[in-house]
Amino acid sequence: MQLQSYLLVAAALFCIGVYGLVTSRNAVRVLMSIELMLNAVNLNLMAFSNYVDPKEIKGQVFTTFIIAIAAAEAAVGLAIVLAIYRNRDTVDMEQFNLLKW
Amino acid sequence: MNLAEGVQLVSFGILSAAVLLSALGVVLLKNVVYSAFLLGGSFISIAGLYFLLNADFVAAAQVLVYVGAINVLILFAIMLVNKDEEYAEVKGSSVRQAATALVCLGLFALLGTMVVSTPWAISSETAAGNDSIVTIGIHFFTDFLLPFELVSVLLLMALIGAIVLARREFIPEIRGVDGQDDALMLPERQREMVSSSSSEMK
Repeated sequence: MQLQSYLLVAAALFCIGVYGLVTSRNAVRVLMSIELMLNAVNLNLMAFSNYVDPKEIKGQVFTTFIIAIAAAEAAVGLAIVLAIYRNRDTVDMEQFNLLKW
Repeated sequence: MNLAEGVQLVSFGILSAAVLLSALGVVLLKNVVYSAFLLGGSFISIAGLYFLLNADFVAAAQVLVYVGAINVLILFAIMLVNKDEEYAEVKGSSVRQAATALVCLGLFALLGTMVVSTPWAISSETAAGNDSIVTIGIHFFTDFLLPFELVSVLLLMALIGAIVLARREFIPEIRGVDGQDDALMLPERQREMVSSSSSEMK
């Protein structure tokens, strides 16, 4: 029962992240939504490592790797947001159409 | 963790409600600064959930890296790009939002039924508990040694890449020439002089 409740919370968090990722106009808020989705994945891994694999806890090792990669992703993503803000003078996602056909 | 069942249940309820409400605030609030602070609250609540899952080391890493580094980075980015701009209306945006909400609710229903109906192989062994950090260290230096070293290289690459991307660079021979094709010029605002801005403040 406990495992299922953690997984349900993680699923809800992931869906909130997807909603924010698709609907946000502000580019920084899109990055925040990506962080929420990564946290949902982390919560899944931690719940599995506690309830299914409590001796080896490989899920915690994976979570540590994901935290490191999320830090790298946030740094590069915010640098891209800064560069594009300097060039286009806006953070509106609807106006970033350089690669649109 | 040797907490009573009721204490675990109540703290799980409070923490998960805090996580979900602040995540909704991150997504739905108009002001992006409020979103950033609520994101920090969501991260701290998730660290509390990690404590309930017998993972003290990862909970500490979550607070240090997510709240201490990523959230502060996001706040600095908001300060650098903060501009009160009215977003132009896009045709059919309400339809798009409703469709996205529908898809997300459907995804949640799918995941929820999958989670509830699957018979999970729940182990009856006692959790590693206080030995978790020892076990994680053993994993890092035996069977996960290659990913561990690769992550350090990745962090170095991200550091250099972020500096290269965020650095200002002017190309004077393109900027100065008259009759240059506009498509070749990236519109970039002038660098503010430090002396002029400090004299304005006086």
